[in-house]
Amino acid sequence: MGRAGVKDILSGLIFLGFAGAFGTAAAGYKLGTAFRMGPGYFPLVLAVALGVLGAAILVKGVTAAASDTPLGPVPWRGAVLILTALVCFGATVRGLGLVPAVFAAAFLSGLASRSNSPLAALAIASALTALAVVIFHFGLGVSVPLFGSWLRGIV
Amino acid sequence: MELLANLALGFETAFTPVNLLYCFVGCLLGTLVGVLPGIGPTATIAMLLPITFSFAPVTALIMLAGIYYGAQYGGSTTAILINLPGETSSAVTAIDGYQMARKGEAGAALATAALGSFFAGTVATFVLALAAPPLARAALNFGAPEYFSLIVLGLIASIALAHGSILKALAMIVLGLLLGMVGQDIYTGTPRFTFGFFELYSGLNFVAVAVGVFGVAEILRNLENETTREVMVRRVSNLWLTREQLRRIAWPVLRGTGLGTVLGILPGGGHVLSSFAAYSVEKRLSKRPQDFGKGAIEGVAGPESANNAAAQTSFIPMLTLGIPAHPVMALMIGAFIIQGITPGPNVIKDEPALFWGIIVSMWVGNLMLVILNLPLIGLWVKLLTVPYRVLFPAIVVFASVGCYAIASNHFDVYAIAVFGLVGYVLVKLGCEPAPLLLGFVLGPLLEEHLRRAMILSRGDPMIFLERPISATLLALAVIAIVVAVLPSVRRKRDEVFVEED
Repeated sequence: MGRAGVKDILSGLIFLGFAGAFGTAAAGYKLGTAFRMGPGYFPLVLAVALGVLGAAILVKGVTAAASDTPLGPVPWRGAVLILTALVCFGATVRGLGLVPAVFAAAFLSGLASRSNSPLAALAIASALTALAVVIFHFGLGVSVPLFGSWLRGIV
Repeated sequence: MELLANLALGFETAFTPVNLLYCFVGCLLGTLVGVLPGIGPTATIAMLLPITFSFAPVTALIMLAGIYYGAQYGGSTTAILINLPGETSSAVTAIDGYQMARKGEAGAALATAALGSFFAGTVATFVLALAAPPLARAALNFGAPEYFSLIVLGLIASIALAHGSILKALAMIVLGLLLGMVGQDIYTGTPRFTFGFFELYSGLNFVAVAVGVFGVAEILRNLENETTREVMVRRVSNLWLTREQLRRIAWPVLRGTGLGTVLGILPGGGHVLSSFAAYSVEKRLSKRPQDFGKGAIEGVAGPESANNAAAQTSFIPMLTLGIPAHPVMALMIGAFIIQGITPGPNVIKDEPALFWGIIVSMWVGNLMLVILNLPLIGLWVKLLTVPYRVLFPAIVVFASVGCYAIASNHFDVYAIAVFGLVGYVLVKLGCEPAPLLLGFVLGPLLEEHLRRAMILSRGDPMIFLERPISATLLALAVIAIVVAVLPSVRRKRDEVFVEED
């Protein structure tokens, strides 16, 4: 049974960070009174509560006995590739259209698994693109163009 | 008989060809995601929510509900066949179900799970039909202070049942509430926490938050240790029970149904808790407790009935009060809102066909699930061999296209990435994601009712204690948190959830 030293300290800090960010922003809005609450009132109360909870978790982590459950491995490559895939999709879906955006996102996230070779990722991407076109474009009539304005004249 | 007339209306609605079809589609998809590990009903419903936009409201909700209870069925299949519970609630099923499969009794275990679930689903659906109207009627008298206290109770109760640190769960709720504040203030129109981005004026897209926290974060968790799954059972035969086995499961099924029906109404992981509770009850009552863990059929019958009963009754708070008991119900509320229906006590009166149609479709769906799961079991076994490395790119693609299609807003896709990352980090640090999503959905409601109540009372917070219903609800919330923190309960809770590993 390990006490969660490192995990508590890190999560406490994260909560404190969120509390600070939300609290600072909330304090900038009109607070109003308890009778007529302004837009900043409730968020500020919540941010203070989050700060207190974050501090409590942090203290618990600092004072905990040293034995800790290990954090375990982090899939750096997978995380970077999957997040890139999502951001890339968001950035290009309007300009390039459904087909290239889906293909790129599927290819990038396919590479995230170590058991996928680039060739396998290409195959998965092609299959998924076809599937997505059939389901979303033909099946559901989603109004995203197959090829976007950036490609006009090329495709 | 009012109930009969209502049920007749429900049958009329549920048995239109379109609704039958989508009930089937929902059950099919639910079983599918229940069988496939790494994707659960929460992420699936979140992804499909945008698609249901073009459906009639009742059709959309029938399908989404089907996904939810279908997943409870599918989850037990993997638990029994490969000792890998597809859903948390079937974790207990794996204990004895997998042992039965190893002894060559996979067919009996699957049949027990299916029949127990069907029986439990039928009873719980009936309870839902009986209990919902009076509850909704009572809720019509609720004012802003009562709603505020009710939401507080719901949020607090959801962590009392979750596992892990209470402090962290509380912090996740508050963080969720704060994220729910993003967007224009309803009273003054002031944009809050938008960093000047116009795209954030209408708030964070909750499909994006749900898919990020439950879908993408889960993928990253699974990529930590890529292992290949082994399907031990190649062929399942003898999908029926002997007279002796039927006799052995009768009482466990009944007890599991009772437990699940009651516990399912509780906010939080009612269906998870109920299957653990049913297992320990059966073990305690059994004349041969030493058989548990070695393939006792009672250890499959009780929990499986309990989790399915709970899955049905967890619709009660959502349908009558508009308060979700867990993240899936929060998404269902989202589905109501997308369809332009405000979930709450008025639904039953204003949209009787919708309300009763959903209830009857649940019973129809349970029947479909028995048919889907028993004869077609071979198909599901095959699906287990779909490698995860193919599956997760599909999840990423469907999540992004689905989410983008809601409003053609590329910001929503970025939000998936951000919440996937935040969710992954927090889950890794031992914070459960469910309270965050509940807080996120309930945040705006909580603020609205708080502000309204304070205007009513001219700024006096005592209003929450002076009104009897509100005071009772808050007292229950305090009791819930005290009970959760009590050392004896904590130990018991840890014990129950340790069995999960």
